[in-house]
Amino acid sequence: MTAVSRTVRIGSSHGLHARPAKLFAQAAKDAGIDVTVAKEPGAPVNAASILGVISLGAEKGDYVTLTADGDRAEGVLDALAELLTTDHDE
Amino acid sequence: MSELRGVGIGLGVAQGPVARMAEPLPAPEDVASTRTPEEELARVREAVAAVARELEDRGSKAGGLAREVLEAQAMMAEDPTLDQEVSTRVNAGKTGEFAVHDAFATFRDMLAAMGGYLGERAADLDDVAQRVIARLRGLPAPGIPDPGHPFVLVAKDLAPADTALLDLDKVLALVTTDGGPTSHTAILAREKSIVAIVGAAAAKDLADGETVIVDAAKGVVTTDPTAEDLAQAQHRADARAAAASAPITPGALADGTAVPLLANLGKPGGAAEAVELGAEGVGLFRTEFLFLSATQAPTVEEQTKSYTELLQAFPGKKVVVRALDAGADKPLAFLNDAHEENPALGLRGLRALRASEDILREQLTALAQADAATDADLWVMAPMVSTVEETEYFVALAKDYGIKTAGVMVEVPSSALLADKVLAIADFASIGTNDLTQYTLAADRLLGSVSSFQDPWHPAVLQLIKATGDGGRANGKPVGICGEAAADPLLAVVLVGLGAGTLSMAPTALADVRATLLQYSREDAERIAEAALAASDAASARAAAQEAAGTPAA
Repeated sequence: MTAVSRTVRIGSSHGLHARPAKLFAQAAKDAGIDVTVAKEPGAPVNAASILGVISLGAEKGDYVTLTADGDRAEGVLDALAELLTTDHDE
Repeated sequence: MSELRGVGIGLGVAQGPVARMAEPLPAPEDVASTRTPEEELARVREAVAAVARELEDRGSKAGGLAREVLEAQAMMAEDPTLDQEVSTRVNAGKTGEFAVHDAFATFRDMLAAMGGYLGERAADLDDVAQRVIARLRGLPAPGIPDPGHPFVLVAKDLAPADTALLDLDKVLALVTTDGGPTSHTAILAREKSIVAIVGAAAAKDLADGETVIVDAAKGVVTTDPTAEDLAQAQHRADARAAAASAPITPGALADGTAVPLLANLGKPGGAAEAVELGAEGVGLFRTEFLFLSATQAPTVEEQTKSYTELLQAFPGKKVVVRALDAGADKPLAFLNDAHEENPALGLRGLRALRASEDILREQLTALAQADAATDADLWVMAPMVSTVEETEYFVALAKDYGIKTAGVMVEVPSSALLADKVLAIADFASIGTNDLTQYTLAADRLLGSVSSFQDPWHPAVLQLIKATGDGGRANGKPVGICGEAAADPLLAVVLVGLGAGTLSMAPTALADVRATLLQYSREDAERIAEAALAASDAASARAAAQEAAGTPAA
């Protein structure tokens, strides 16, 4: 199995905390496969962990990298990437 | 009898037995567990799940914004990374209590170190940890007490999670040891008309069950009151209740000078309550609600319908509508999606509307149509106007669309300083005290770490309000206030003394402001305003005004 990655830019005006972090971690948990999210130069964290996600401190416009393994990885990452680029604070 | 001092919110007085918010639990000690790691982990997981369900349950009862916060807290409780950290610790022989405490503390410290918004989330995490540990110990969860009878709630400060389910019928008054006039507790107290004193540090020594008098007008909590004190307080509370249910008269000073009292509204649906509470019109109708949940601007027809509904509720009365005020605290993707380092200083208010002029033109079209279909006296104003040229632009455009009365919001010091020129062009000005304070003190009103600067009593803010009032007088144009400041009864008197002709506020604040204005003549108001203006900071301005005003009779 090869790991699949996506690098996307955060779209929410208030960055990846509060509501957007909650929506993202919930979606990652519901995806049912292990997904990590990293913000350079930090280490990757479990995307289903709201605390891990908040602690990235990702602001609007920052780039983050999503990584997952397995057959469903492509589809899951596409959905999560879209969530990250959407502005939930509008 | 002794007295504790703090900052009173409103003018109320109440008495009753103290009930304290449960104190935070002491940190668990790092002792070896007598259970197996499996047993400890099972206990923790049961507690965590129970706490998460309870938070979700409270969230669904509270609804709205509180629900989002509480659901996020529930997710924090069941966070997989946290679960791993707890497992590591119980596997090393720690107790469940200590493992939870220590694992949460790791994340809490990390968030606190990040500061700002994330630093504030550290408190949410503390709250979750406390709930889990309380559950493990079989103790009541920290939070709002329930002594089974009405009580004076004494707390450090109230978090949104605490207030979401606060049973207001049981709460006689609120006293906090921390927090200031802009704290969450103060905002709640104003919104719900609860007697409150915030920042009374000495209240930490009050004991459960002891009877106190909470006098918000004086900012004093009286302990060990005499029977006479209690009777007097009761008399004042009764008089105030009678005043609140007294026939509603138009806003006026003691000498009969009319000071129309208007309502701040965010939706047409709030109109009925405002009229019931005696609003003589609307001083600020925020139009953001039409846009905030939309990814595209609403159509002219949709807007016309909403504006018509609003105007119909106020036949023959003044209704001031503010053009869309996007940006900073309420970004709208279709107006401005550029990342800005300082959004409060960025493309917001009228600037953003000008950059997307079709949205402004559509809004003016809809307002003119609604005006034509109804009998209200429609005034329209532009948000965050900072130059004379912007004033010319907006007033000319509004008149093109048939808006009869077009004005500006004074929220930026430049507009206040040039008010004589701004008001030579605009038909009126309305001062937004929250933003005016933010821009005068250069303190982001959304940033907790500088919230102490956000006090409209600051004499620099009062001077700018006076400059605006003077500009209105020089041109024979009306100047009103539509900001949190107008809801503070004594500050309302000061604002009138500085030249404000109308005051607009949350409808629940109308009764207190109406009663207070009736106690002072125009001459008094000017004298009290002078005293506040002469002070060197917000606290001394408030104190000087209180002294100049004398203690209000009721």
